[in-house]
Amino acid sequence: MIKINDIKKRYTDSVEIGPLNIEIPRAGLTSLIGPNGAGKSTTLLMIGRLLDIDEGNITVADLDVSSTKSKDLAKIITILRQENHFVTRLTVRQLVGFGRFPYSKGNLNKKDEEIISKYIDFLKLTELENRYLDELSGGQRQRAYVAMVLCQETEYVLLDEPLNNLDVARSVQMMDHLRQAANEFGRTIVTVMHDINFAAKYSDRICAMKDGKIAAYGTVDEIMDPEILTDIFETEIQTIDGPYGKVAIY
Amino acid sequence: METTNNQFSTALHNKRRSAKAFRNKKERTRYWVLLIVLLSIGLLSSLGLLLYNNPVPVDSPSFIPVTKRRIAAVIAMAIAVICHSLSTVAFQSVTNNKIITPSLLGFESLYGAIQTSTIYFFGATALVNFSGPEAFGIQVTLMVIMSLILYGWLLSGKYGNLQLMLLVGIIIGSGLGSVSTFMRRVLAPSEFDILQARLFGSVNNADPEYFPIVIPLVIIVAVLLFLFSRKLNVLSLGRDVASTLGTSHRASIIYTLILVAILMSISTALIGPLTFFGFLVATLTYQAAPTYDHRFLFPMSLAIGFAVLTTAYFVMTHVVSAQGVVSVIIELVGGIIFLIVILRKRKL
Repeated sequence: MIKINDIKKRYTDSVEIGPLNIEIPRAGLTSLIGPNGAGKSTTLLMIGRLLDIDEGNITVADLDVSSTKSKDLAKIITILRQENHFVTRLTVRQLVGFGRFPYSKGNLNKKDEEIISKYIDFLKLTELENRYLDELSGGQRQRAYVAMVLCQETEYVLLDEPLNNLDVARSVQMMDHLRQAANEFGRTIVTVMHDINFAAKYSDRICAMKDGKIAAYGTVDEIMDPEILTDIFETEIQTIDGPYGKVAIY
Repeated sequence: METTNNQFSTALHNKRRSAKAFRNKKERTRYWVLLIVLLSIGLLSSLGLLLYNNPVPVDSPSFIPVTKRRIAAVIAMAIAVICHSLSTVAFQSVTNNKIITPSLLGFESLYGAIQTSTIYFFGATALVNFSGPEAFGIQVTLMVIMSLILYGWLLSGKYGNLQLMLLVGIIIGSGLGSVSTFMRRVLAPSEFDILQARLFGSVNNADPEYFPIVIPLVIIVAVLLFLFSRKLNVLSLGRDVASTLGTSHRASIIYTLILVAILMSISTALIGPLTFFGFLVATLTYQAAPTYDHRFLFPMSLAIGFAVLTTAYFVMTHVVSAQGVVSVIIELVGGIIFLIVILRKRKL
């Protein structure tokens, strides 16, 4: 379980995130939605210890993220940002292999290689595994990074806009993979999403943020409410019942 | 979390699939062949430097005393190569930038400023006397302290930021450079001449007196960097990925930069500035070693560096008889090769 207790992040006197209080239970997929500048990514980065917390604390599986050693946290939680610096002479397989670093410290054994193969196959990168990262399209590279964080085999996986720059087909494919990772491997996945309908179709829970505060948090059905959505995005939003549940129309 | 469904498609794994440092056997073989060829070139050139045009035969008892100066020069080359090659590759990896060198942190300007202010304030005799192990120790210590303050302050604060550190390093460097230039303007021509000889990087500046301190220190730092290879591999993926994989990014960077600072300071104090050399070696290394793994990048950078430096000295001394301009030639050739590489590959 991820517990966020009264956290605050101050950028300037007028711009601050928080205080936030939220508990994200184990297993399943939780999406953070909200307008630009609502603090979704900031919150995700603070959970993933990439950004310091100014006040309050966050615990992941009962470990405080700001005081627990980074190498211990690396076996429990992983985070992937939207844009990553990539090394030119690095193949997909070698990148995914870095996911084993918290365990093997760079000295891969046979079991590590098997786990690496498993996640490469899982994300359908088998054919591409010996390509260098700069020989891939943006979407393929994104998948390679997702394979790396899954290969870390942490209980908690945080993804900052995993659908950024992906077309509809790739987005559907990516969400199917994430859904499958949550179902089959029992991972707890938290993502930041921009597309309400993608969030609604694939998530178990949605947390809506606005102006640095949590505006609404609940199941997909609870959040997919015209009033709540209109209020959060300050845009007229209707919902209708579609074949996969509620669909937002804007 | 090992409780997951491990049956999932592991059947597709086979022994041929591996995430080792090279993509395939061919690239690995090519790496080792290149490494051996380059090492041989380096060794041949250094033998050439020792023996060519040497009137004393190798088996004569007076061989060692006679070639003392040449041996010292070759040792100085080896030290320069270790310092520049390893520190540039490590520095580029931790900064995630392949077109900068540790010289940006202002070591060379500080060296220039120390030399210039010595002659400016205390006169030419002071500069000539400002040598020996103490002076050497003072210079290295000053340069390491400056870089520690710079890194410590800029990387551990609330706004800890690598780009900011580099920018401040460049500004301090050019500031010191301007102060030195100003002081040089008011020097007498004879004093300026003495100073200028010190400011050109040359292995003949190296005083064998320092070797007993320098060699162990350089070897220790080089071994520490080699042992840090696997961490450097992770650091080269960038701050966010490195942190999420469980390295304490800031501490690792400061550790690397301290090692880099020691190497750069030693090299600069021993033989003077060689701005472009590390950069040239690192660029060639990435072309010659198709891997991300520093355990293979480091040896290749040493082989390339040694081959380039010894060959340049051999050619300039014995073929063209223009020994003094080796560092100039290295920068010229380095710049041209760098341009060719970029224009041909269109990437770094």
